[in-house]
Amino acid sequence: MSVFHMPDADAVIERRARRRLALVLLVILASSGCGGIQSALAPAGEQATRVAGLFWFMTVGGLAIWLGVVALALFYSRPHEPAPSRRRNRWLIVGGGVVFPIVVLTILLAYGLAMIPPIVARAPEGSLLIDVGGEMWWWRVRYEVPGREPVELANEIRLPVGAPVQFRLSSDNVIHSFWIPSLGGKMDLIPGRVTYFALRPTRTGVFAGVCAEYCGTSHALMRFYVEVMEPDAFEEWLRHQATPAAAPATPMAEEGQRVFTASGCGACHTVRGTDARARMAPDLTHVATRMSLAAGTLPNQPDAMRRWLAHPERIKPGVHMPAFGMLPPDDVAALTAYLEGLR
Amino acid sequence: MSDARRMDERSDPEPLAVAPPEALRRAQEARLMKAWETPTGWRYWSAVNNSEVGLWYTAATFLFLAFAGVLALLMRIQLARPGNDFVSAELYNQMFTVHGSVMMFLFALPVFEAIAVMWLPQMLGARDLPFPRLSAFGFWAFMIGGIFLSGSIFFDAAPRGGWFMYPPLTSEFQPGIGPDIWLLGFSFIEVAAIAAAVEMIVGSLKCRPPGMRLNLVPLYVWYVLVASAMILFAFPPLIAGSLLMEIQRAFHWPFFDPAGGGDPLLWQHLFWLFGHPEVYIIFLPSIALIAMIVPTFAQRPMVGYTWVVLAAIGTGFISFGLWVHHMFTTGLPGITLALFSAASEAVAIPTGVQIFCFIATLAAGRVTRSVPMLFTLGTVVIFVLGGLTGVMVAIVPFDFQAHDTFFVVAHFHYVLIGGALFPIFAGCYYFYPLIAGKELSPRLGRIAFWLAFVGFNVAFFPMHLAGLLGMPRRVFTYPDEIGIGYLNLMSTVGAFVLATGVALVFWDLVRPKGKQPFARRNPWNAGTLEWVQEMPGKPWGIRSIPEIDSRYPLWEQPNILRDIDEGRFYLPDAEELKRESIVTSVVDAQPVYVMRLPGPSWLPLWAALTVGGFFIFGTYHLWWLALASLVVGIGIIWYWLWISTAQIPEKAEKSIGLGKTLPLYASGSTNVGWWGVFITMLAAQAAFWCLVFAYFFYWSIHDNFPPDPGAGPGVFWPVVGGAGLLGAWALTYGARGRNKADHAGGFYLMLGAGVVLAIAGTGALAYGPWVTGLNPEEHVYPATVWVLVAWNGLHVLTGVIMQAYCLARRAAGRMTAAYDADMENTLCCWHFTAFTAAITVAVIAGFPLVA
Repeated sequence: MSVFHMPDADAVIERRARRRLALVLLVILASSGCGGIQSALAPAGEQATRVAGLFWFMTVGGLAIWLGVVALALFYSRPHEPAPSRRRNRWLIVGGGVVFPIVVLTILLAYGLAMIPPIVARAPEGSLLIDVGGEMWWWRVRYEVPGREPVELANEIRLPVGAPVQFRLSSDNVIHSFWIPSLGGKMDLIPGRVTYFALRPTRTGVFAGVCAEYCGTSHALMRFYVEVMEPDAFEEWLRHQATPAAAPATPMAEEGQRVFTASGCGACHTVRGTDARARMAPDLTHVATRMSLAAGTLPNQPDAMRRWLAHPERIKPGVHMPAFGMLPPDDVAALTAYLEGLR
Repeated sequence: MSDARRMDERSDPEPLAVAPPEALRRAQEARLMKAWETPTGWRYWSAVNNSEVGLWYTAATFLFLAFAGVLALLMRIQLARPGNDFVSAELYNQMFTVHGSVMMFLFALPVFEAIAVMWLPQMLGARDLPFPRLSAFGFWAFMIGGIFLSGSIFFDAAPRGGWFMYPPLTSEFQPGIGPDIWLLGFSFIEVAAIAAAVEMIVGSLKCRPPGMRLNLVPLYVWYVLVASAMILFAFPPLIAGSLLMEIQRAFHWPFFDPAGGGDPLLWQHLFWLFGHPEVYIIFLPSIALIAMIVPTFAQRPMVGYTWVVLAAIGTGFISFGLWVHHMFTTGLPGITLALFSAASEAVAIPTGVQIFCFIATLAAGRVTRSVPMLFTLGTVVIFVLGGLTGVMVAIVPFDFQAHDTFFVVAHFHYVLIGGALFPIFAGCYYFYPLIAGKELSPRLGRIAFWLAFVGFNVAFFPMHLAGLLGMPRRVFTYPDEIGIGYLNLMSTVGAFVLATGVALVFWDLVRPKGKQPFARRNPWNAGTLEWVQEMPGKPWGIRSIPEIDSRYPLWEQPNILRDIDEGRFYLPDAEELKRESIVTSVVDAQPVYVMRLPGPSWLPLWAALTVGGFFIFGTYHLWWLALASLVVGIGIIWYWLWISTAQIPEKAEKSIGLGKTLPLYASGSTNVGWWGVFITMLAAQAAFWCLVFAYFFYWSIHDNFPPDPGAGPGVFWPVVGGAGLLGAWALTYGARGRNKADHAGGFYLMLGAGVVLAIAGTGALAYGPWVTGLNPEEHVYPATVWVLVAWNGLHVLTGVIMQAYCLARRAAGRMTAAYDADMENTLCCWHFTAFTAAITVAVIAGFPLVA
């Protein structure tokens, strides 16, 4: 059975969220082009669904107001004879400028502010807790599992569908902002502070997340993928991630491990179960299972891996990882084989 | 006779019933012409008259607009398709930083000051602003700082921390001089902006024509007054923040470094405490142009004048309570988010009032079609949409998604291009005849409008959607897989169409118009005073200064044009061939004295070069050169004041016509100079309070502040220092009295002792943290204490220079018992110095006792 249970009281909210989701999806279908794996308008989480509903409500209302004001302005600015009227002045200035906005904004604030508490609230006690660290320019992800060793990986988050998840965000370098548009809003990672953000995914699928706060040269290339899975599949994935790295299975991979050690990769990276234990750079224990390389910049394929190892700065300007293009091509190929074997 | 009627009789004289004889009028005109002559040849650049300086200033801001616009186009090329490599990441990051910073600091804000320098005196029937050389200094400072900043991108040395410069990225992760260029370059420009704001405030409060009570002031002037007052309190937080960050970069005091107890969020508070009001500082003076254009093309006074004024003031106030809406996703408590969300929505109300007043005016009037009206309608269409998306992003949950995405980029470009660029273009077409005596082409204007309008919407509307589809801001590229390629391509195409429209407006402005006939006088049949100008205009500004008793005098005061032209009003002559204008009282605009204005001079340029040298050498950490440059700068400013301010007139008073005689000199709060000092000191106070805020901000985030109960500057030395400074203040106060009593010995003794006590007091104040061994590199506590002490030092230094100036002036016979404006101004400065010292001592010595 899953360690992540869903409290019964939340089931009601869940149903409501689904109903709203259905409604929103209808609107989305009506307006094409809102989809995508990084879209706030194709929600796959409770918070994103609420906010998308709020967005459509405000957009329709705002559009109506805009049309009204523009129509008034255009109508009254057509060439016409003077027609002063105190009554109209009062209606326009007091009615349009004071009373109308107060009424509209009161309704909007009532709707919008009521949504703040659930957005800033922590996930219920016992929820899945994930530490996310902002690095330049990648994401350190660490699953805190009660009673077990934490599981660290990079640039990838997998979540069980339907369960609330608590993110604990921090940075020891510059400010970043953690954003998975399909699941909900964003939260900053601020040096010297710890921020919290809770989400609840409502449908399975692969989504993309990004850094939303400008954080230096390759801010644009600080991405990650999120897979929302069935709870059992998630559980299995997490158990696998907790295991040490697989031993090299082919002679080439064995050679690759030797190159890995000899080239000093272990001075920055960790491969659990080996001597590589440094934490400067992404944990590579199960790097081959990930959906991307270089923080969502490259597909996880041998060819891309080779390019990355040889000249990372060509792919990600300003990257801290040194280039290994000076290694003989065979060594790079062996290194690739080793890393591709870390499943 | 009732008081009210007596008041009316006193305050409402009529122009001369009969025009002065033709010969006299010609002679008067010749003398005015001589006094206000614009220098020619290369000396032209030593001009200080508002029409010259305003024109250069406006032209310069347009050049910066074009420069930042080209950067925008290059960025749009880079973003036209996913994964593009037109420019490098590093260059792109410099480009958006420079684009944003230049648009904000070198176009949107200064263009308001430039336009105001140009039109404020004309709208107020004044011959010039109260401090013409200060305007010129402001312009040159702006040019030097602007070129320094913009030029850096050609050397790959430009700042690349975003226009918001968030630490620790900018404080510790960007070596090189980029961030220093930003911090020091813009601080220099901000000082110039504050100088201009002081000028605007004094100009609109003290240099109005007789009879123009506050409720008759042209709406543009009201808006400028509100925006200038906002500058006074909005820029100091940024200056204080920049000071802290530059000190951290240069000397490693850990203000924003968590390792030393600092906090990056303090920068965000200070930055947005500036940054949010800044938006309204840009918007209000731009919409002010609309508030002048709408009544003209509706051919009737503004409906709801009082509503508009109150709305402008209300917007100004509310805008200081919204800054946290730029920080909704920094993990602040829910209640804070809710409060600032509600406050942010509230600003929609005064904005709505203004828009509906404009619509009501159009409805009531006889509307005629014109290019300025076309741009005005464009403003309404674009700005209202930007305002509505602003209402959306102020709702916290939606902001959690939209924040830092292209949705926000779309939103604020709708607000700024709709609320500032379109009104400014409307203003160009409207006011151009006053500049060149000729009209711009309505045909080109219409084509430019439609290109700009359509191009703008094609460029920026898709960005709303791109943002919600997951496109964050400040990205040099984006992947194909998120499906925003077509939206970005649209934006790029639109941007080029918009740029074509803007270029067409520029062309219309600069194209040769030799053969085109001069426009007729007051071509739009407007009602406000600036339109009395002849085509082409004369350098004297206005032929005679009218008595005003309506809001739209050209519509409501019969024969006013004739009476002004024939010199039937005040000051129709320049008998002594000196530049003169009338100073009036703040509320009811009763004439109080005639101010003598300085003419052309190179001093403002030299002062700007040397003070600019301080900031530019500082950028390269060439401290000795910087200091030398500053000392020379202070010397030049001293000389400038010495020869051109508070000059003792050759006679005590002169007749200004209509049976009125006014003094030629004023001292104390009647004097415009005193107002200049007072208002500048308010801005200095605002910066000081930001530093005090920093102290208490650190206290609020630390459980233990001051960190170690034993450490601190102690009580004894700070109190001794504070007492010394209060003593110096009392002696300055006494010296003013001795001077008034013409008791030279007492004056020299007291003011001399004041100088000594001021220096000793400052020394004692600094000795406290010195002797207790507070090391500012260790922790923010000692760093903050030292910064407060240092700020006091700067304040005292200013005060001591002013004291020395007074001593020298009296010794040179340039200040006497009766002519003591310098002494009054010095005392005004010292009131603030003493207050600053008292608060500093209370904070650094008193607070640890109660904490």
